[in-house]
Amino acid sequence: MPEITRDEVAHLADLARIDLSDAELDHLAPQLSVILESVASLSEVTSADVPPTSHALPLTNVFREDVVRPGLTAEQALAAAPASEQQRFMVPRILGDEQ
Amino acid sequence: MSSWIKKSAAELADALAAGEVTSVELTQAHLDRIAAVDGDADSGVHAFLHVDAEGALAQAKASDERRAAGIPASRLDGVPIAVKDILTTIGTPTTAGSKILEGWIPPYDATVVKKLKDAGLPILGKTNMDEFAMGSSTEQSAFGPTRNPWDQSRIPGGSGGGSAAAVAAFEAPLAIGTDTGGSIRQPGAVTGTVGVKPTYGGVSRYGLIAMANSLDQVGPVTRTVLDSALLHEVIGGHDPLDSTSIDAPVGDLADAARHGAGGDLTGVRVGVITELGGEGYQAGVLAKFNESLELLRSAGAEVVEVSCPHFVHALATYYLLMPSEASSNLAKFDAMRFGLRVVPDGDPSAEDVMRASRDAGFGDEVKRRIILGTYALSSGYYDAYYGQAQKVRTLITQDFDKAFESVDVLVSPTSPTTAFKLGEKTDDPLAMYLNDLATIPANLAGVPGISLPNGLAEEDGLPSGFQILAPVTEDARLYRVGAALEALLEKNWGGPILDRLPELEGVQA
Repeated sequence: MPEITRDEVAHLADLARIDLSDAELDHLAPQLSVILESVASLSEVTSADVPPTSHALPLTNVFREDVVRPGLTAEQALAAAPASEQQRFMVPRILGDEQ
Repeated sequence: MSSWIKKSAAELADALAAGEVTSVELTQAHLDRIAAVDGDADSGVHAFLHVDAEGALAQAKASDERRAAGIPASRLDGVPIAVKDILTTIGTPTTAGSKILEGWIPPYDATVVKKLKDAGLPILGKTNMDEFAMGSSTEQSAFGPTRNPWDQSRIPGGSGGGSAAAVAAFEAPLAIGTDTGGSIRQPGAVTGTVGVKPTYGGVSRYGLIAMANSLDQVGPVTRTVLDSALLHEVIGGHDPLDSTSIDAPVGDLADAARHGAGGDLTGVRVGVITELGGEGYQAGVLAKFNESLELLRSAGAEVVEVSCPHFVHALATYYLLMPSEASSNLAKFDAMRFGLRVVPDGDPSAEDVMRASRDAGFGDEVKRRIILGTYALSSGYYDAYYGQAQKVRTLITQDFDKAFESVDVLVSPTSPTTAFKLGEKTDDPLAMYLNDLATIPANLAGVPGISLPNGLAEEDGLPSGFQILAPVTEDARLYRVGAALEALLEKNWGGPILDRLPELEGVQA
């Protein structure tokens, strides 16, 4: 399995929407390489015919009755919002100049 | 120091029922203990991130009124408890140990919290933890580490170091933890306390701030096996709000513990897992483990060695699956609806705000895992990493299935070492991950596990833990075998291990 480069970490941080500083990139990239190296042994485990497990217990199609239940009031839902206006979450602009 | 704080929860429940003490008195005694020894980020045990004295005393008063009227809500009505700060609580802050949630007051209770309130247990406060439960030492908490009551220069384990330390330091008789790869059991081992990870789906995850949904499980943190069983009965059972919740009764676990405490294990088949021992395990931990096996034999158990060949891949499997799930779960911290919002200079877009907020709000380990998970899930790597890990997870589960064909329970040391020094492994992620070597397989397969104290390692005088694992939904076996071993050990020691806890110095208020 390939080693992870500093540029790749920067790209992944971008995908994960985290602004990493140069110092953080210098620090994290080698650590991530070591971790990836330690998990590389998995590729050698023979498992071609083995079905994947996504959950510990095989549960499927859990339904509930379609009944009205009390939920949060708008006031409760907005209580922890960084900003709100007219019973809505207020967010920074979504589009850039080029869009 | 009130003599009540050293009693077990079962003893406190009996004293409440007999009218020997009130819940207000018990709750106040524990609040006084917290004030005396908990301190803050810089000194003291620092097991709590938030103490809710007013709320706890109000709940205690209501409990005393129910007792007086002859209508207690449960056996544990009035026995105070501490809750890991990863479960939502209406009206009290819930941070998950992260700056990104500092000051957040949830608008709803986790199902487990609701069950505790319904059963009448006053909630003393919220306990410290590694940020988003990511760690094995509680040093990744954004609010400063918890210190091990046995030696305050050492780690209390993690991620639930706060809950384990609170119980070990007699700041609470009971606590709630969560266990994704060992976060209840490993802190139990290094603090000389009992911790149980129930069968996956046995306790509701509604209101638990998720790290890895397919692995997370809520469970009891206590000083005795019986107390864990009593608490497990309160918090367990089906919850329609959690679609992975098992739709079956939790069972009579306290009965299993009482039965086990008789000390007879005739006919019980105990399997020692070959792969979880030997190299990498501290000599004193292995010595205590072997002594415990002898005790089980003396109680009539048949002890055999069982190989689970794929367990050697459990750590690697876990460190692909868990970060993948975590990176997806933590995407909700986007600075839009709740949590920290950092606005950079200029005219930033929502995305700029998101990046700046997540950089400022998340700590190192959280960033490491988000990036690792993002990598494992990215196209081109998905099959090699995430897909392959899911397959090996199946092989690990099959190892358990096969082992349980020939034995009733499996056992191992809980943690390879006793508590290490604060700061020793903070910047060496891989060394930190190795602490969960023996606890991770249970989470991957969903099986239940308990850790109970089995002695003090000879070389450093610090507690070691004994882990017992049972098949899915056979949690009662943990309590039967655990209580038997506990009774035999305490007979040898002449009392509980925490009798040997060094006196804690008071801290300045």
